[in-house]
Amino acid sequence: MKLKYDLVIIGGGPAGLAVALEAKRNAVKDILLLERDKYLGGILPQCIHNGFGLQYFKEELTGPEYAERFIVKLNDNQIDVKTETMVIEITPNKRIVAINRDNGLLHIQAKAVVLAMGCRERTREAIAIAGNRPAGIFTAGTAQRYINIEGYMPGREVVVLGSGDIGMIMARRMTLEGARVKAVLEIMPFSTGLIRNKVQCLDDFNIPLRFNHTITRIEGEKRVERVTVAQVDKNLQAIPGTEEKISCDTILLSVGLIPENELTGEVGIKLDPVTRGPVVNENRETEVEGIFACGNVLHVHDLADFVTEEGEIVGRAVGEYLKRNRKFRSQSIKIVPGDNIAYVVPQYIDFIVPGRKKIKIFMRVKKAAERVRINLLDDKGRVLGSYKKRIVTPGEMVSVYLPEVLLDDKLKNITISIKGD
Amino acid sequence: MSVDEMVFLFIIQPGRMSMKVDVVIIGGGVIGASIARELSRYSLKIILIEKEDDVAMGTSKGNSGIIHAGYNADFRTLKGRLNIKSNPRFDKLCQDLKVHFKRIGSLVVGFTEEDLKRLRELKKNGEKNGLENLEIITGNKLFELEPNLNPQAKYALYAPTAGIISPYKFTIALADNAVINGVKVLLETEAKDIRIKGRQVCGVVTNRGLIETRTIINAAGLHADEIAKAAGDSFKINPLKGEYQLFDKQWGSLVNHILFPIPTKLSKGILVTPTVHDNLLIGPNSYQVEEKDDPATTRAGIKEVYAGATKLIPHLPHQDLINSFAGLRADIEGRDDFIIEASKKIRGFINVAGIESPGLSSAPAIAEMVSGILKEVVKEISPQLELNYKDDFVETLVEQPRFADYLNKVGEWQEIVERDADYGGIICRCEKVSKGEVLRAIYQPVPARSLDAIKRRTRAGMGRCQGGFCSPRVLKILSEELKISPLRITKKGPSSEFLKTKTKDMIKEAGVKFKDEVKI
Repeated sequence: MKLKYDLVIIGGGPAGLAVALEAKRNAVKDILLLERDKYLGGILPQCIHNGFGLQYFKEELTGPEYAERFIVKLNDNQIDVKTETMVIEITPNKRIVAINRDNGLLHIQAKAVVLAMGCRERTREAIAIAGNRPAGIFTAGTAQRYINIEGYMPGREVVVLGSGDIGMIMARRMTLEGARVKAVLEIMPFSTGLIRNKVQCLDDFNIPLRFNHTITRIEGEKRVERVTVAQVDKNLQAIPGTEEKISCDTILLSVGLIPENELTGEVGIKLDPVTRGPVVNENRETEVEGIFACGNVLHVHDLADFVTEEGEIVGRAVGEYLKRNRKFRSQSIKIVPGDNIAYVVPQYIDFIVPGRKKIKIFMRVKKAAERVRINLLDDKGRVLGSYKKRIVTPGEMVSVYLPEVLLDDKLKNITISIKGD
Repeated sequence: MSVDEMVFLFIIQPGRMSMKVDVVIIGGGVIGASIARELSRYSLKIILIEKEDDVAMGTSKGNSGIIHAGYNADFRTLKGRLNIKSNPRFDKLCQDLKVHFKRIGSLVVGFTEEDLKRLRELKKNGEKNGLENLEIITGNKLFELEPNLNPQAKYALYAPTAGIISPYKFTIALADNAVINGVKVLLETEAKDIRIKGRQVCGVVTNRGLIETRTIINAAGLHADEIAKAAGDSFKINPLKGEYQLFDKQWGSLVNHILFPIPTKLSKGILVTPTVHDNLLIGPNSYQVEEKDDPATTRAGIKEVYAGATKLIPHLPHQDLINSFAGLRADIEGRDDFIIEASKKIRGFINVAGIESPGLSSAPAIAEMVSGILKEVVKEISPQLELNYKDDFVETLVEQPRFADYLNKVGEWQEIVERDADYGGIICRCEKVSKGEVLRAIYQPVPARSLDAIKRRTRAGMGRCQGGFCSPRVLKILSEELKISPLRITKKGPSSEFLKTKTKDMIKEAGVKFKDEVKI
């Protein structure tokens, strides 16, 4: 088996697939894609609902269909794939140790590495719910896998905690399969998922969504029997006297996603404390030259389409990197999150690229706001550029273009802030 | 023994069992398992019964996992004596049983002059107990030992012989070793009554039928008072709840020793310690509850434990909390010591009750003591039965390779995968567990039959994703190996099944009809 590659991609979800194909289009020759599951596509094969591809393909697809569009092209492009292969170590000089049944341990040398490991779901403990530890508590994504991949229903009477996208989609999915979803509870005063999911998954099925509510206690020794639900105050603390018991046999948790950066951390790559993904420049290249990251391992995206877009940025960047003709700026420009901005990606701009007109900057806001301006400010607080937005919410990623002409040599920081219009 | 026979051993149909043995041990906690192993040195027919689907399901899985040095309890008590006697045994015992044990030492941390006085008292008590290497540490040395300690800390009692262990892994290994030496472990087997004939024990009635025996060892933990009552002995066990929180394994190195606050009369207080698996553990609080089988955590408890631990380590990584749990301890009303004695009312009945802290630390010596008591009892009731050492007693378990232990020497794992490809398929990403290890857990002497049982043996599901990734995979393996439907696979025994119906069956049950053809 071949053990030397120009590019090794870790993770065969939408990010990894996009990187592989785009890198090939950018003249990267030997590419290996490593995937720990039996099949490619990451989480997409279990996302049998529609809503994928509206941005990227301009048509509506299901998750498996969206993944298929990319997977079929891998073969035509002679991209090596190893499934059921788990990467256990990456070194800064791009040696990868992986393991599978057929080969045992693989020691692979790459010229460039792309981290595309995706994310994992936050668990009950991340939010410290008191009570018993019975069967019947699932993260929404695990329940989705049981129903759509394994072919089994994990519950009949369901309470969903968290209005993340997967939680809302699973509330609908379980309803369609004959389960009774008694409530979706959201601790915040707003939905943390996409508005379209709230409408299509909850409102259309009369599933009650209760804001400012959480589960304070889980009861049931062997299997979940009921939950105590309470309203929370501004500090997200349960308000005494508002408790109410709901009987159910199943709790689905949709309380957030965490980029899966254990490998990244072990290489010694710096992580952004807010995104919990690596700090990257506009090429999505980490602190270690030649190691890139994209998709949900970098920051959690709303849509697979955006992940694909980011994967393609990296595919092109790997091509440039391997050609060794990149030109660094005299100093990096740091993009700093300002008022009401939780995070920005990329965090740095490092390169001078002839012909580049603008750079897309992605961000998430801290609080929902209407009729705002997103301002780009220089070191002295002067407004370099300004964009109007009708509405911004933490549930939906926001992007603005940073025009290349604004980037002069002396610039050290660009702060992005949101202001009422 | 073939796999089929082994499975048969543990799955005896209810009502069909009728057995006659020399000794029945009631309870598969660390005490029951220690006794089983100790008695398996002799040519005796022994059955250990456990009401849950695995051993170590009560107090033995919900505790701090500390092997105490032995300065706390008075030497005149069983607690003091047996702890001191047991502590030095753990190195060899754990080596034999292939259980991780780390003698990292403990520090009882003091802040005031008053605390210093208490530390001196503890030291004195420890010295009376025969501990020679206790030391009071002050000033800079304290922070050299524990850089993250509360800067206001001034003194500490250092006990180098304290250690950490996984209490459930230790229990499982003891039980495995006992099974290898001929003990039968019957899971999901609950003692319903004790049969007595003319003030002599003659059997245990279980949910699976009668087991005839002339000696019974009551190691039923929190329920030991109920079992004792059936034999005419009366004492009352009050369950004491203790809640814990566990942090991701990147934080085990936050502390280097087991850190205790100044103990109170009631408890040793909320401690901070690394675990043998490099997690960071804090807890327990301690309060009396009514229910013996309700290890539920409470909101107040979670806060109390966290606040208590921050007194020792002010900066805890709350964002990396991965688990909280509670354990219940068997506290005997009106008594501050273990009960380890033959019943004075009924012959052939031995109580081993009230084994709260330092019960885990004392387990080896408790087992020996019980063995001594049993010899006396047997002399009295069946003089013809001689307790002879078997010459084929197997003292050790075979080291079983775990992928997580090979991460620094992965090259050596290659051989293992070449012998058995299942060791190359990684099932649990967080704890790096291979399918081979999961299969081994299903077929080990005390076999894992539920996801939690697999988790305790292999750590699959113990990590930061808490089973999100591995649980569908482990469930599938269990279903394939046990040749039962995934619908019957449980989290922790009957009534804790994961799945309800096949997809589409639920909607069909609801009476919804599907059209045969769907046009898109």
